[in-house]
This record gives sequence, C-alpha cells and structure tokens, in this order.
Amino acid sequence: MIDFVMPTLGADMDEGTLDEWRVKPGDAVTRGQIVAVVETTKAAVEIECWHDGVVQELLVPVGQTVAVGTPLATLLEPGESPGAPSARPEPAAAPAPAETSPAPARPAPSAPVGHRLWVSPVARRTAVTLGVDLKGLTGTGPQGAITLRDVEHAAATAHHEKPAPPPTPPRPATAAPKSAAEKARERGAAMRASIAAAMSRSKREIPHYYLANEIILDPALAWLTEQNAGRPITERLLPAVLQLKAVALAARKFPEFNGFWRDDGFQPAAGQHVGVAISLRGGGLVAPAIHDVSEKPLAELMADLTDLVARARAGSLRSSEMSDPTITVTNLGEKGVDAVFGVIYPEQVAIVGFGRPAQRVVVVDGGIRVATTVQSSLAADHRASDGARGALFLAEIDRLLQRPQEL
Amino acid sequence: MKTTYRSAVHDAIADAMRADETVVLLGEDVGRYGGTYAASKGLLAEFGPERIRDTPLSELGFVGIGIGASLNGLRPIVEVMTVNFSMLALDQIVNTAAALRHMSGGQFSVPVVVRMATGAGRQLAAQHSHSLENWYAHIPGITVLAPATVADAYGMLRTALTHPDPVVIFEHVALYNLGDDLESLEATDIRTAAVRRSGGDVTVITYGGCLPKALEAAEELARGGIDCEVIDLRVLRPLDDATMLESVRKTHRVVVVDEGWRTGSLAGEISARIVEQGFYELDAPIARVCTAEVPIPYAKHLEQAALPQVDGIVAAVRGLFGESPR
Repeated sequence: MIDFVMPTLGADMDEGTLDEWRVKPGDAVTRGQIVAVVETTKAAVEIECWHDGVVQELLVPVGQTVAVGTPLATLLEPGESPGAPSARPEPAAAPAPAETSPAPARPAPSAPVGHRLWVSPVARRTAVTLGVDLKGLTGTGPQGAITLRDVEHAAATAHHEKPAPPPTPPRPATAAPKSAAEKARERGAAMRASIAAAMSRSKREIPHYYLANEIILDPALAWLTEQNAGRPITERLLPAVLQLKAVALAARKFPEFNGFWRDDGFQPAAGQHVGVAISLRGGGLVAPAIHDVSEKPLAELMADLTDLVARARAGSLRSSEMSDPTITVTNLGEKGVDAVFGVIYPEQVAIVGFGRPAQRVVVVDGGIRVATTVQSSLAADHRASDGARGALFLAEIDRLLQRPQEL
Repeated sequence: MKTTYRSAVHDAIADAMRADETVVLLGEDVGRYGGTYAASKGLLAEFGPERIRDTPLSELGFVGIGIGASLNGLRPIVEVMTVNFSMLALDQIVNTAAALRHMSGGQFSVPVVVRMATGAGRQLAAQHSHSLENWYAHIPGITVLAPATVADAYGMLRTALTHPDPVVIFEHVALYNLGDDLESLEATDIRTAAVRRSGGDVTVITYGGCLPKALEAAEELARGGIDCEVIDLRVLRPLDDATMLESVRKTHRVVVVDEGWRTGSLAGEISARIVEQGFYELDAPIARVCTAEVPIPYAKHLEQAALPQVDGIVAAVRGLFGESPR
C-alpha cells in the first residue's frame, strides 16, 4: 500500500486545494502520470504520481483544502491485492478555511473496487438534466456513491471552466459561485501574498552576495544566426536558451550553486533543473523548472522553454516543475533594463540574472570596439558559497557563451 | 391550558359522551377502576353504569358487543387494555367490523372505535409491550390512528367518533404522561400526516411513541449541521403518501423510525411506497430504525436496548451522508 500525499510545490506552500481527480479507484497509474490537479496560491498545478500501481481509494474529495503531506489517495503496489479499505482519520484540515460547514464526524468515504458506478437515483436523473458525465466524478455519499451534490458541483465547475481558463472549480459550501473575474482577483491576491512570504523569508534568512560580469555576445549571436538560418521560424533558438544551458553547465561544474540550504546545511542537487522566472500577464511571477538542462540539446531546451512559458501563463504547471528547481535564471532583458540582481528563491542558493543585450563600447585587446554585450549577475547564498567561487562560476558562464557550438 | 395526553383522552371521551348520548364506553376496568391507564377516571360517576360498562376479561366477547351495539345505532368506544390482548379480538375486528360494510353491499355500517394501548418502555414484558399496529394497518375496511401529541390524543378520538366505519386507535404507553400547553382541545383530522419539524436535509418518518425520540434526535443532528424534517404519520391506514413524498422531493433522504419489528413492518411498507413513487428523488438508500427482533425483554436495560433510541436515529441519519450534509 502506497500513500499518495499532497506534495509541496514550493517552499512557501503549506496547503493545497484538490481541484480535480484525473484518476478513479481501480485505474492503473504509472510513474510520472498526472493524477490530479491541485490549486495552490500560485496556480492550478497538475500533480504527478511517483509510483507505478493501482488506485485503491481516493481519500480527499474535490474542493477540499488539505495540508501538505496529507494522504490524498492510496495506491496498491503492482501485485498487491486489495484489502479492506483502511479506516482513516479525516484528512488534516488546512488552517483557516472560513467556509467549511460543520460536518458530523464520520469515516472517510471508501470506494471499494469492483462494482458498477454507484450513483443515487436523483443524482443520475439530475446528471442527465444538467448534462454531466458521471464517469470521472468522485462520489462523496454513503459508500462513495455519487450524490446529487456531486453532480451539481460538477455542473457548476463545468459551467465556470468554459469562459475562464485556468479551471478553478468553486469549492463546496461557498455561498455563491464566484465569477471568473473574482477568482482571478483572489488568485492574484493569493499569489502576491505568497511571493511576499517567499521573498521576505529569502531576505530575512539568506545572506545574499552579488557579482556582475559583462559578457560579449557577438560570437553567440553570430552562431545563432547561422543556426537559425536553417530552421523554420517556430524552431528558431533564442539567446535565452544559450544562457540557460550555460548556467546549467556552469552549475554542474560548481555544484555549490546548485541545490538547497536545508537544516543548516547545503544539500547539492543531483541534476541541474533550472528554474525560469516567468512573469504572468495578470501580474505575479512563477519560476518552474526545466529538468536536466545540462543534458539536453538546445533544440529540445527551446521546445521545453516555449511549452513551459505557455503552460505557466495558462496556469497548468506540473507538480515536479513547481517543486524541483535547483537554481533559477531571471532574464529581464526584453523589459529594457541593463542588469537584474535577483532575490534567491528559498531554499535554493543562487539566482543568475541577465539584462538587456545591447551594443556597447568595450575595450578588447587594447582597442576600442562596439560589441553586443549582456550584463550577467549572480546573487548567491553566502552560507553555501563564497565570492571567489561565485566569480569563477560567473566567469564559467561567460566562457561557455563564447563557445556556443559546444553548448 | 396545561394538560396531558392521558387527560386529553379522558376529556375526549367525556366531551363526546356529553355531546352525543349514543356514545358509550366499555372494556376491562374502565368503570370502577377508572381505566388501566386512568383514561376514564370519574366517568362512571358522571355517566352511570348504562354508558360506562365494565366487562369480563374476554376481548372476543366485549369487542363483539361493541360491534353489535354500533350496528344498532350506538357509538361505542371499546377499550382494550393492550394490543397484545387484542389478538383475542382479531376475529371480531378483521372478520366482522372491517368486512361488514363490504359484505352487506353497503347496507351495514360499523361505527365502532376501538382504543388500545401499545408499545414498550414500562417494563411490562413481552405479553404487554408489543407494537402490532402494522397488523391492523394491513386490513382494508378500518382506519388506524396513532396520535402522538396531546392535541391529537383529544382531536383524533373526537373525529373518530364521527366516522361511519371502524376506527382503531393506538395510544402508546410512554405518551400518557406527555404534557403540553394548549389554548383549547379540538377535533383534528384523521386523514393526513403532519410535519412536526421542518428541515431540508433528511426526512425522518415516524409515529406514536417514537415521535419524541425522533424530534430529540433532530435537535441533536441540527447541532451537527444536519437539518431534519420530522413527519408524524398520525394515520397508519390509509397512509398519507402525499405528505411523505413532498418531503422526499425536498430532502432526497429518508429514515423511517418504527417501534415495530423490521420484518414485515410499517417501516417496510413506507420504504416501498417511497421507492415506488419517489425512486428518482432519492439520493441515498432508505434507512430504518426498528425494534430488535426479539420479544420485548422485561429487564430495563434490555428493554431499552431493544427499542429505537435517539442514538440509533442519529446514527442512521448520519449514515446517509458521505462527506457533507449539503
């Protein structure tokens, strides 16, 4: 028996609201499969499962807010036979949901495998009237049966999804369904609060030091022009991809910038999962990861970056992307600033910034020249590394960008 | 006016006898003793032995006398000490009283009222404590009443005495001391069920001695966020389907509380009617709270354990909800 728990999708997350189940009892799941959608203060995040197995029991109904670590479902390991659903305590309620209705104590719903879908007569009739597909609904009634409330809830959710992606189903027991605009405002406020918490923690706990270096980009841009000449427009590489790859390779060489400060010690990360700071159109910011950046060819990274930005702005990020960055890159070049000095996202230990590439006067080999340069910066955690190593790390990024063909 | 269920029955008999000289009362110990449950105390002095008749211990005989008297123009009230003893008079009630209007092609009317105590809770053991209302509710040709309030104890008896056909009234032994404060006592209808408590989450259907328990359970459940509607059947035959189904259409959940045994019970009949007429309104299986399938024990703790109780009603209601009451 495996407990599938509410994951932490960032150091500042202590609870999440289950938005949607993508599986039901009896479904086989594979490692990496998306099994649920969880609403955090930042986004609706697709949650992946990290085990192979068969879903035995869904323990948390759609709409419920639970603390990180609360079991959401139980899985049977491959070959394990279903026993009786275990009696469990109610999921640990997250603090301060003002909208919970008083409910009498009762065991968690169980959904035994192996019978036809249990639907109450009035729920089945109403589902036809409201056009709700009963498959995929999670029953909250006696013995896990689908009840009238489940159908009405599903209908309300579907109604609200159409005009306003990302989907945020109304939670049960709220007085009135919220409009999409209201929800967007609420999410905006929640995201602001969450950024405030993370950044305050960062500046409170992390002794930052800052380094900067001006990088000549001409060789990289010339190489990109040459590369892109042979590519369709949709597959053209952007300078940002070179920067990501260079940061990842430098982080592999200087592991003290790639990992986490936890429990009064530095824990280096195994791979280089580079978080990309993405500003959202409605305001706010997320920094989901592209996995294993140092291992991937540039074309794949470009596709990953395009996909990640699109999904971040649509609010459909995956749990591993939210929780995995080992180092972050922020690029404000297109906003027209010369340089950016980042604030480290806890519990990471470094953030690399890039400003606007522009033609600037530089001195090369004793002569004055005009070159395209970009201001790179490093904000690093002095607990995990020192300035001398930071300087070498930043210089390594410079060195790599001068040899784009090797990236 | 503060009064009790016992006094309401007494007053209904007395008022009816004053208003109509054809009304008479007969039964075991109704005269000199004033009735086993003191429902006829003092009536012998006021109305005399012609109209208040003590009978021998023979239910077959004196229920038959009541039926014969009604056929000849009187309005007899026959008191049977408990429903258990009425078994001896089943032949009179089922084969004679219930059938004569139909067997005579409508020529004979049998306007007899048979009152009897029913139910457990007073440590009277198995031969004095059963709830066999369901047996009578099975029989076409009679009207079966179960007043559960002080107002109905008076009102339903008064109306029964105007009814042209046999009426059997069940008075639960646990209700005789029930008190109420009423402006006046009046005749009440003998056709409809009554909603005793309005609620939106679940319908609790009950009658007679279980009504106070159901109302108490509803109050406890309300504190936990479940809003019960409590229906008092009042009339066990014919059942008021309309009131029950109107409530089911609102709450979509039903618990039936019945002091009879579950097997072959009124609770079963009610469940079947709701499924037949309201299946597509149900959001959960119908639950029943009935008496344990044993002869009612004498020992107090065993007797209480055998009967429907507030805890059991609360648990049955909660069992109809999965995650949340709404």
